[in-house]
Amino acid sequence: MRSAARTHFEHGESEYQPIEGQIVWIDRHTDDDKLFVIDLPDGVSLDHDPGQFVQLFVPGVGEAPFSIASSPTKEGPFELCIRAVGNVTNAIHDLEAGDVVGIRGPYGQGFDIDAIAGQDLLFIAGGIGLAPLRSVINYALDRPAEFGDLTTLYGCTEPAEQLFPGELDEWADSDVMDYRETVDEVPDSQEWDGDTGVITSLIPPLEFDPETTVALVCGPPVMYRFVIKALREKGLADDRIYLSLERNMHCGRGLCGHCQLNELYVCLDGPVFHYPTVRDKEEAEV
Amino acid sequence: MKVIDRSDLDALIEELIASDPRDVVGVQEDGEQYVFDHLESADELTLDYDLTALSPKKYVMPQRETLLTYDRTDDEYEMRAEADPTGHIVVGVHPYDLAAIEHLDKIFIDTLQDEPYRRKRENSVLIGVTMQDVADNCFAASMGTATVDSGYDLMVTDLGDTFAVDIGTFEGDRLLESTKTRNATAEEIERVAEIEADLKDGFDRELAFPPAELPTLLEASYDDMDFWEDYAEQCLSCGTCNVVCPTCFCFSVDMVRDLDGDSGRQERRWDGCLLEDFATVAQGENFREEVAQRHRHRFMRKGWYIYERYGDVACVGCGRCTRHCVADVADPCEVYNELREAQHA
Repeated sequence: MRSAARTHFEHGESEYQPIEGQIVWIDRHTDDDKLFVIDLPDGVSLDHDPGQFVQLFVPGVGEAPFSIASSPTKEGPFELCIRAVGNVTNAIHDLEAGDVVGIRGPYGQGFDIDAIAGQDLLFIAGGIGLAPLRSVINYALDRPAEFGDLTTLYGCTEPAEQLFPGELDEWADSDVMDYRETVDEVPDSQEWDGDTGVITSLIPPLEFDPETTVALVCGPPVMYRFVIKALREKGLADDRIYLSLERNMHCGRGLCGHCQLNELYVCLDGPVFHYPTVRDKEEAEV
Repeated sequence: MKVIDRSDLDALIEELIASDPRDVVGVQEDGEQYVFDHLESADELTLDYDLTALSPKKYVMPQRETLLTYDRTDDEYEMRAEADPTGHIVVGVHPYDLAAIEHLDKIFIDTLQDEPYRRKRENSVLIGVTMQDVADNCFAASMGTATVDSGYDLMVTDLGDTFAVDIGTFEGDRLLESTKTRNATAEEIERVAEIEADLKDGFDRELAFPPAELPTLLEASYDDMDFWEDYAEQCLSCGTCNVVCPTCFCFSVDMVRDLDGDSGRQERRWDGCLLEDFATVAQGENFREEVAQRHRHRFMRKGWYIYERYGDVACVGCGRCTRHCVADVADPCEVYNELREAQHA
């Protein structure tokens, strides 16, 4: 028998209990990506930090971690952008408005708003990496007085892969944020009159002050090293870079081990990391 | 310290089997190995053994357990977190396994508040036994876990016709309430100290340096890929070393659907970092793709990473991974000693 005296949590209260969320709206962004808008009971807000994630439980299907795509400055329902790439996410794509899901979280460390307040923000997103970054992009757009200049760079493999198409048009027209986009290639069946080339091709032409700029980066694993190299060449110091990393959290609470990155747990210590924290970690692959 | 006659200890166990609502489990022979299993009677119990196949971790963190159930009625889902509170009375736990459970307590109860673990743990009773036999692969003395002074409710030491009994908790004391015991004499207390002291010389395997040096040694050895690849060459990535380890606690969470289509549950099951897909993410990227990386991760986690987080070296020196590794590449004592030698060469 082990005494309960050393524990500090209520008996019977389990961290594995999800709260019920109801899907109130679904928006298809691409062939593989849908935006799910989820309402919590009594209209309460998720109360998350930009960059945090939730565990989404779908009865009969399974559970998976997703970064929150909406900003906490937006009250009410929150948003997840989900790509259908496996059993769980394929089944999630079959859900309809009105369906009920389980939500655990929010978990992890998001973007450190205190650390980036007052700075010029340079958001760099590759592919589905726009979803986690959108939480902090919209945070900054909703509170422009708290930050300096805002710039977003977005790269996709092809035009049809762009997420949040309507919102991208608004960003392109925005006076508050400089928005630039590129695609790696344009298949014959698709139209595109913008830039082509990988995301890093957008960095050299940028004019920004490395003394006052912070870069916030999220994309596929292969992207980080090249983006960081390009940022360093522009004179940006390592401690002015933040990364959101993807791993396969099963528990979200620092136990299951699937998201371990050397001695760090992405679910507890991340998913957003200050670059110097993970720079020398081989398993970060950054 | 109390003293109990051998026959009275048997009677106590019989009494617990007969009247305690909890399942009484203990060490018993099973073919050529020892296992922790349900006791029908005290006769089945063996307190003189070297090493069990699995540790008693399985009673506080079962191989499979339900975290959540769901049920649909009239298009409404009910989702309910579950935490099976079934405790066990576990008899015959060696000190290194007690140390392993104390380590898990620190993580699952004190730090991360895991309700399914906490309930089983707090409803369980651990009756330890001083080692009488030492497995060939065991190096618990080097890890400071050949003897322990906490982590048990009762700790018994075989003195021949009698057992010395050290009371570790109030619950342990209460277990002895209706049993005939007497206070130990100075000679008996001295005898237990001698047995414990002699025990430390009974180990064939020995770590060549204090385990407190492991974090620094491993950190310095991280990039020595030649070493890790050499060791991992024969590794089958079977994960047996993870499964038999008393301090491994990684798990996967799986959906299990009932046939009615309306209900089911989420289960967690033991998983292992040696298995190929353990660190794979949704679109196929595997952050520990090479067997040498996974092999290295296990040793780093045991001797360094866990230390960084919890202040413990997460190897108790039981030797189970060594004994059960088909390819004979899992021995932490050998790996750590060789790393040390390479560092000082």
